[in-house]
Amino acid sequence: MLKINNLHAAIEDKKILNGINLEVKAGEVHAIMGPNGSGKSTLASVLAGREDYEVSEGEAAFLGEDLLDMAPEDRARAGVFLAFQYPVEIPGVSTINFMKTALNQVREYRGQETLDAVSFLTLMKEKMKLVDIDQSLLSRSLNEGFSGGEKKRNEIFQMAMLEPKLAILDETDSGLDIDALKIVANGVNKLKGKENATIVVTHYQRLLDYIVPDYVHVLYNGRIVKSGTKELAHELEAKGYDWIKEEAATA
Amino acid sequence: MSNPVSNNQLEQLSQNFEQFETSLNGSKGSIHDTRKEAISSFLRSGFPTSKNEEYKYTDLSKLVGKKVDFSQRRKGSKLDHEKVSDRIVEGLDAYELTFVNGHFQVELSNLPELDGVRVSGFREALINNEQTLDDHFSKYASFEKDELVALNTGFSEDGSFIHIKKGQRLDKPIVLNYINDVHENQTQNYPRNLVVAEESSELTIIEIYHDLGEDTSFTNEVTEIVIAENAKLDHYKLQLNNDKAFYTGTTQVSQATSSTFTSYTFTTGGAVIRNNLNVDQEGEGCETNMYGLYLVDGSAHVDNHTTVDHKKPNSYSNELYKGILRDKARGVFNGKIYVRSEAQKTNAFQSNKNILLSDTSVVNTKPQLEIWADDVKCSHGCTTGQIDEEALFYMQARGLSKESARALLLYAFATEVLENVRVEKIKVFLEKTISKHLYR
Repeated sequence: MLKINNLHAAIEDKKILNGINLEVKAGEVHAIMGPNGSGKSTLASVLAGREDYEVSEGEAAFLGEDLLDMAPEDRARAGVFLAFQYPVEIPGVSTINFMKTALNQVREYRGQETLDAVSFLTLMKEKMKLVDIDQSLLSRSLNEGFSGGEKKRNEIFQMAMLEPKLAILDETDSGLDIDALKIVANGVNKLKGKENATIVVTHYQRLLDYIVPDYVHVLYNGRIVKSGTKELAHELEAKGYDWIKEEAATA
Repeated sequence: MSNPVSNNQLEQLSQNFEQFETSLNGSKGSIHDTRKEAISSFLRSGFPTSKNEEYKYTDLSKLVGKKVDFSQRRKGSKLDHEKVSDRIVEGLDAYELTFVNGHFQVELSNLPELDGVRVSGFREALINNEQTLDDHFSKYASFEKDELVALNTGFSEDGSFIHIKKGQRLDKPIVLNYINDVHENQTQNYPRNLVVAEESSELTIIEIYHDLGEDTSFTNEVTEIVIAENAKLDHYKLQLNNDKAFYTGTTQVSQATSSTFTSYTFTTGGAVIRNNLNVDQEGEGCETNMYGLYLVDGSAHVDNHTTVDHKKPNSYSNELYKGILRDKARGVFNGKIYVRSEAQKTNAFQSNKNILLSDTSVVNTKPQLEIWADDVKCSHGCTTGQIDEEALFYMQARGLSKESARALLLYAFATEVLENVRVEKIKVFLEKTISKHLYR
């Protein structure tokens, strides 16, 4: 589904990704871990199309298409979803209105019929249950004054609405207490399937107890320095990142 | 006068005034004495220049001097029902006074015929020697203090006269429909409105400015609004002019105890727009709301100057002006709040927020608070910035095109002002107008 080859990216001349190679197939869950500043969030942002980053080398193909050549909205329409680490507050735009506009533009791109008000509401109510989110919250300005947990649940709700093929969760566990974490993880698990894939970007192993990865990759200095199974995550939890840094230094 | 261009114009205006006097055919009363005083006051000072602190960013002498030809003064116009029958605001159920080039057109109007309210053209009210007109004319908007008021007072010939009696509540808003017929040449208009709302009455007035044709217009308006105890008045100004329209206007409001005044100013067009909104709270427990929204492009220049003067205790004022500017447009906002020593327990809030969509658009904003009382709550703030790129990316990452994300963000920005509009059809009209602007 996603093939990343030798990806290099920089922000304002500061190199952050230094040759990432990664392949994600349908049905798989990949975890990307690493110490702060290793480039995890940058990778997520580059895949979603944030303009602040400049890709200097390498390529990323999504379902055979050149992902890096697509506008951010077209990536979303083609099936890439980025759950933001810090969801943006947008005063004056309700989640419902926002999602209605977004979903219909996405559906149009996918050659599906746009939804009228009734079918949209029906779909919305169904998806709301996944993350236990209240309609009154969705009628309010997008993320404005939401708690950390509400913001992240809103992200997963939007993901459920847009039905992506590849979901990238950027530090979705940050700022969540254990109950909120469970709700969010539960929502993500229900959305998993044979046809779609998930990339979980996280600093801590904690989230991976609930969203169990097939593969774990460790990012350091803009490179994947180690890959393994979920056992690697446990090892990192127990030993920290220092041994990875040492290994990388001697390699 | 130091400005030679202005000199010629002042001479021309002096001649125009003489012609105006001749046309009056001797029917002159005390109001004409006021006119004469006002015009000589204006001719002494001329149009305000940037040396005048109140016109620092809006040098009317220069701006008007360049484009307005006072030797062209088109009075009549052959507009008929057909040409103006398309209501600007779809479905709005309202009484209407239509003005073409500043002159009231009774055949294009729809006046209320109710006992509790007197509505007519200003000229007709003069001819009828309305006592209310005599009592209030030029008692609030001082021509000695402002050149633009002086110019209007000098040429005050037509406009509207609205008097709602005690306890009356009009069933529909009154629209003042100002059409500039600029098909063939320029026009200059001096609409003068007097609105008197007696005790416990309720009234909504909607001024709409627009053009038929492409030429230049110059409008210098004064509206005096007198609101008695417990009365409520909503006042809308919809400025929808073409890009050659020059508009200067003063809305002078006097509020008595426990009265409520709400002002809405929407500007989507014009070459130069200068709105002066001055509210004097003369009684206790007054409420004043001032909302403004300007969406301008090209080389439009929009200047909103507002003053609210809290003179008595337990009063309230709330002001929210927002602007979206693109191309080389310029916005000016100056909001003054006075809280006199007697006006304890006053709450006054003010906010001006702007989004600049181009590097060449400019906003000058200045809040001014002068507080002599010690037990008050006052706040003010202003922001000017670009569209939030992070929000834009967030929306794009959910599949929204950049254009619709932008429009949605700007629309949301404007909504904070729009949601206060109480006339539903006006709200819908403004929503549509704004959408059209934002998707451009």
